[in-house]
Amino acid sequence: MPKAKLPRKSTNIDMTAMCDVAFLLLSFFILTTKFKPSETLAVQTPSSVASKIAPQKDVALVTIDKDGKVFVSFSEDAPTKEVLEALNTNRTLGLSDAELTALSKGPFFGVPISQLKSLASQPKDNWPKMNLPGIPVLDTINNEMVDWMRAIKTGFQGIKMNLLVKGDNASKYPAFKGVIDAFKKNDEMKFQMVTNPEGVPEGTELYKRNMSRNAAAETTEE
Amino acid sequence: MAEMDTSGGDKHKKGPGVKKSKKQSTRVDLTPMVDLGFLLITFFIFTTSMSQPTAMRLFLPKDTDKPEEQNKAKESGALTIMLAKNDVIYYYEGMLAPDGSNFKSTNFKGIRDIILTKKKSTDPKDFVVVIKPNKESTYKNTVDMLDEMTINDVKRYALVDIAEAEQMMIAATEGANPQ
Repeated sequence: MPKAKLPRKSTNIDMTAMCDVAFLLLSFFILTTKFKPSETLAVQTPSSVASKIAPQKDVALVTIDKDGKVFVSFSEDAPTKEVLEALNTNRTLGLSDAELTALSKGPFFGVPISQLKSLASQPKDNWPKMNLPGIPVLDTINNEMVDWMRAIKTGFQGIKMNLLVKGDNASKYPAFKGVIDAFKKNDEMKFQMVTNPEGVPEGTELYKRNMSRNAAAETTEE
Repeated sequence: MAEMDTSGGDKHKKGPGVKKSKKQSTRVDLTPMVDLGFLLITFFIFTTSMSQPTAMRLFLPKDTDKPEEQNKAKESGALTIMLAKNDVIYYYEGMLAPDGSNFKSTNFKGIRDIILTKKKSTDPKDFVVVIKPNKESTYKNTVDMLDEMTINDVKRYALVDIAEAEQMMIAATEGANPQ
């Protein structure tokens, strides 16, 4: 029986097409990646089993840094200027419209209310380097976070506000307590804490519940 | 594709003695480039999904000044957990005994079993965990503890200020066992 002579093929594969695909995907991922907005406040958040993604819209964020300093910041779509106007009226700070506009463009607010005026005169790019003292919250009688919260509530009127607290691992509890006390005083009972995602430990109740829920979902699908 | 004509130009200028250079293949090996491409793709895939922080919800109870409106936790079903410095946890069940006999300490590894044991041994209606972080405890401790409530499926828990007597007990214990 004559052997069928197979033509010897080259083992070189043309990589061009693969290369095209790879770089197409690469450019797609580069363009869609939204890098974390430059963190002006370095905060190491604790991890939790919470799986809900933190909201990004209409956010009022209270940051507690590792020294227990409290800062307030807003997402871009939030009515920052209205909040500042409300604060201006409530505390009769006498800030001019230009100063309010300058302040509302700032990345975050971390000074006692009385110092807002001098903060407004600083260019906002300098704020992160200025080592701001933070909003005083530890004093229960003069907790300025209460005023901030009242102003935030006024500013966010008619908008569903997402109140977030982002604390550093190392920050002490009293700062957090000062913040939640201010929330309570303004009847803001719901808030969310920003955390890093973490796996549910195996064998715990939540783990079992998630498992049974997954199993139930699978049986209904079938 | 991926080939370039570089052979042109020197066809006519061949003097004597100049060896005709072997026409080299202009195919470029694209394998390393593809490797690099996929490496970067993996990097971007991972970074996109990782940078999403999550949020845990917390509902605060309303502070009431009138004692009769306050939710009284049934003493037998209460587990009070105090968070102190260096990630130490102090806890007691029910009421704090005046002599401090039921005042015990543990850490974050041991607290889960304690919560579960207490949960099994009490009526679900009465079971309530009271979390009392003291001044020295960190925000991380508080979040970890609240997380522990979710993990162990504790329905009722409260974040309460620490009482003077409890603070003194912690101080006394810390003084006795310096770390």
